[in-house]
Amino acid sequence: MSLYAMVIDTRRCVGCQDCVAACKMENGVPTGYTRDWITETVQGEFPSPWMEIRSERCNHCDNPPCVACCPTGASHTHEPGNIVLVNREKCIGCKACLAACPYNARFIHPDGYADKCTFCVHRVERGLDPACVAVCPTRCMHFGDLDDPLSEVSHLLASRPAHALTQAAGTAPRIYYLS
Amino acid sequence: MRSFSRRQFLKITAGTLAAAGLASRSRGVLWGGGGPEKPRQGTQIIPTFCDLCFWKCGALAYVRDGKLWKIEGNPRDPLSRGRLCPRGTGGVGAHTDPDRLRAPLVRVNRRGRDEWKEVSWDEALDYIALRMRRIAAEDGPEAMALFAHGLGGGFFRHAFKAFGTPNIAEPAYAQCRGPRDAGYNLTFGDEVGSPERTDIANAECLVLIGSHLGENMHNTQVQEFAEAVGRGVSLIVVDPRFSIAASKARYYLPIKPGTDVALLLAWMHVIVKEGLYDREYVTKFGHGFDQFVASLEGYTPEWAYPETGIEPGMIRETAREMAHHRPATLVHPGRHVTWYGNDAQRSRANALLNALLGSWGRRGGLYVPAGVDVPHYPSPAYPKPARPPADNPDGKYPFASEPLTTGIRDATLEGKPYPIKGWFVYATNLLYSLPDQAATIRALEKLDLVVVVDVIPSEIAGWADVVLPENVYLERYDEIGASPFREPFLTLRQPVVDAPNDQKPGWWIAHKLAEKLGVGAYFPWRDIEEYLDYRLRAAGHSLEELKRDGVVRGSPKPIYFEDGAPSEFDTPSGKIEFFSEQLQRAGLDPVPRYAPPEAGPPGAFRVLFGRAPVHSFSRTENNPILADLMDENEVWVNAAAARRLGLKSGDYVRLRNQDGVASERIRVKATERIRPDCVYLVHGFGHTSHRLRRTFGRGASDAQILSRYRTDPLMGGTGSNVNFVTLELEA
Ligand code: SF4
Repeated sequence: MSLYAMVIDTRRCVGCQDCVAACKMENGVPTGYTRDWITETVQGEFPSPWMEIRSERCNHCDNPPCVACCPTGASHTHEPGNIVLVNREKCIGCKACLAACPYNARFIHPDGYADKCTFCVHRVERGLDPACVAVCPTRCMHFGDLDDPLSEVSHLLASRPAHALTQAAGTAPRIYYLS
Repeated sequence: MRSFSRRQFLKITAGTLAAAGLASRSRGVLWGGGGPEKPRQGTQIIPTFCDLCFWKCGALAYVRDGKLWKIEGNPRDPLSRGRLCPRGTGGVGAHTDPDRLRAPLVRVNRRGRDEWKEVSWDEALDYIALRMRRIAAEDGPEAMALFAHGLGGGFFRHAFKAFGTPNIAEPAYAQCRGPRDAGYNLTFGDEVGSPERTDIANAECLVLIGSHLGENMHNTQVQEFAEAVGRGVSLIVVDPRFSIAASKARYYLPIKPGTDVALLLAWMHVIVKEGLYDREYVTKFGHGFDQFVASLEGYTPEWAYPETGIEPGMIRETAREMAHHRPATLVHPGRHVTWYGNDAQRSRANALLNALLGSWGRRGGLYVPAGVDVPHYPSPAYPKPARPPADNPDGKYPFASEPLTTGIRDATLEGKPYPIKGWFVYATNLLYSLPDQAATIRALEKLDLVVVVDVIPSEIAGWADVVLPENVYLERYDEIGASPFREPFLTLRQPVVDAPNDQKPGWWIAHKLAEKLGVGAYFPWRDIEEYLDYRLRAAGHSLEELKRDGVVRGSPKPIYFEDGAPSEFDTPSGKIEFFSEQLQRAGLDPVPRYAPPEAGPPGAFRVLFGRAPVHSFSRTENNPILADLMDENEVWVNAAAARRLGLKSGDYVRLRNQDGVASERIRVKATERIRPDCVYLVHGFGHTSHRLRRTFGRGASDAQILSRYRTDPLMGGTGSNVNFVTLELEA
């Protein structure tokens, strides 16, 4: 088994959105939409606020509510790697998954189906990193197999504190942020 | 302040769009105009280099079934290191932008009005050549000025020098890096260059003063910056705004705007008083050190505190931190440094701090760049202009090393020292790059000829008599990329796709125009490939090699003094000038001194502006891909100040400056990331050209409200952080 995940080093990230641009180009994401985005969290007051910048996208959850709620089976997990995907032929555009996703990761593509990050499965199958990881000028993003204790992502998670988003939702997200 | 209607003059008719759609493609009719023959099936990967900014990153363009798919970094290229920045990644949008200029246009009504007719290239160039010759006959060729930005400008500079004018300028000098060039030249006898010679990769301590790396997306610098942060570099950030870089800093100094010189002097005071400077380096390379030391006497951290708002303890601690890591302490010289009109002296203080730390020429500091020498294509010697450049009469700005755009504008307005009758503008939106937009418009109204070469219907194009549509970088050959860097290398820009309409490459336009001006002899090459191949062969390479690989590397040379790089200083003393007799002779301060910035009207905010990582200047906001990443700018207002004014994030306001000039509508970003005495906006938005359909009417432009500037007495730079605004809520 393998379990694909992303580990993103927020210390290195500058929030430049190259991940967003690369995804749009690689995947032909239509004008007006993006599959990933940058979030800025600021706490505290000037002159000493604390800030975290994150590149966000579908969390490819271990326990994906979007798959559970899909009436047609269009939303599914794909092996190897347990990647959450949408079969656009089966999708009827009912938006149940949009409502179920706690990360707002999905949108309805102008062609009528639910769309979102695929972890660039077409690249991963050829041994390449997802486009966002490959483009990042700060090299803050890492992709790999959590089931492999020797992988870079496993090593990073073992060596530095990390958090994931909205863990209380119980979806078991697989995008980790090193702080 | 005179009021004027932006709406009226910054337009080109929508009617032209429809007509342009009918324009025929003339690919292949004119030599060298088209792209390489490409099969229409499958994916080709063609190396080239980026033009979304001036960094010149090596890229690989993927053309799938004859269409441009995506652009990635060329792993062979030392600037991109295989990764482009978001603008470079979104470069496809420059090619696909539906609002591009399509065919040459000639104005049919009053200048600045909205009426054009489409003409052939021959007609357009004849029209220009006729008027340029007339201007030359009546007022001399010097009465024509060229404003040209970037690499493609080289062909036009060549043509205009051949035509006989010395009035050739770019905003990159007087509106950007000029003070840095002057300050570093006066100190080290050399400039910082582009790409900057900053060894961020090896710095142990990095000091950023207003430099917002990460938002300012100069690719290699940002890559090295992220690596440095990753390995725990000691980062000191000085900025009135809590920038991205500030969020990663060990020390964040939220300085009062305009007081950087006080901080620099106090830092140097501490480093000298406590004997923390690099004695050996200063003794070996320094000139006038004792006078310099004496001049620092009163500049204690306690003195600097009320000026800067930075506590004395913090000033001491950061000074010691810098000294602790020297010479691998890099005080970044910045790039856009035209802030307060004292900018060359501030840059000199910045240079002197690097000198004290012994970091100029050293590992982790400012290295000695190495380049490949590419001989010119032989062409006749330029005629000697009959008169000196008009921008800087009597050497008013004695340390200006390049002509001043704003000086040419003044000469145009005043007719002194002699009249300027025509402007030829290549790839720079002067209405957004020069401060005091109203003055630029008055100058434009006086001219006999205005020509603009651009790729999009920019605001300056709206003011032209003739608009010439250029190919974007993905559709053309260009000058050879030969920037000195850590190691010598050359890069090639080559066409990867055809131009969609009747656009032409800059080199072709310059060449054809030169012929029509009777200076065709200066372009003795048959076509661009011959030109490039000749020069590349003279440098020991070939066009074929560059077309295939995109990049060739020369043999590395030492780039640090300690490794044998030459430690030469091209100053009058041949040394690092801590005390400058040159400045003294010119009646200027031989060592930097502090003068407090002028305060604004009570209750007004100082306007600061900067960059976003996804846009360059005012030329990418309409790019359909980049617009999806950021399609509007915001005005940053300190959260408490916003509360006091009853403003919240998302509210639309107009910024009204001290002269009563109001901006376009802009959204408020109420944030803990900025001081309460200033506001900040990203440069480049607030387009008033309605033919830029994606970006028209979105956000505001700093250019509109920078009606004042302070001119740098050393080199004529236009410090424009001297404007103040109040915020008016939009109903
Ligand atoms: S820094 Fe970005 S925009 Fe500039 S040349 Fe490089 S990839 Fe292009």
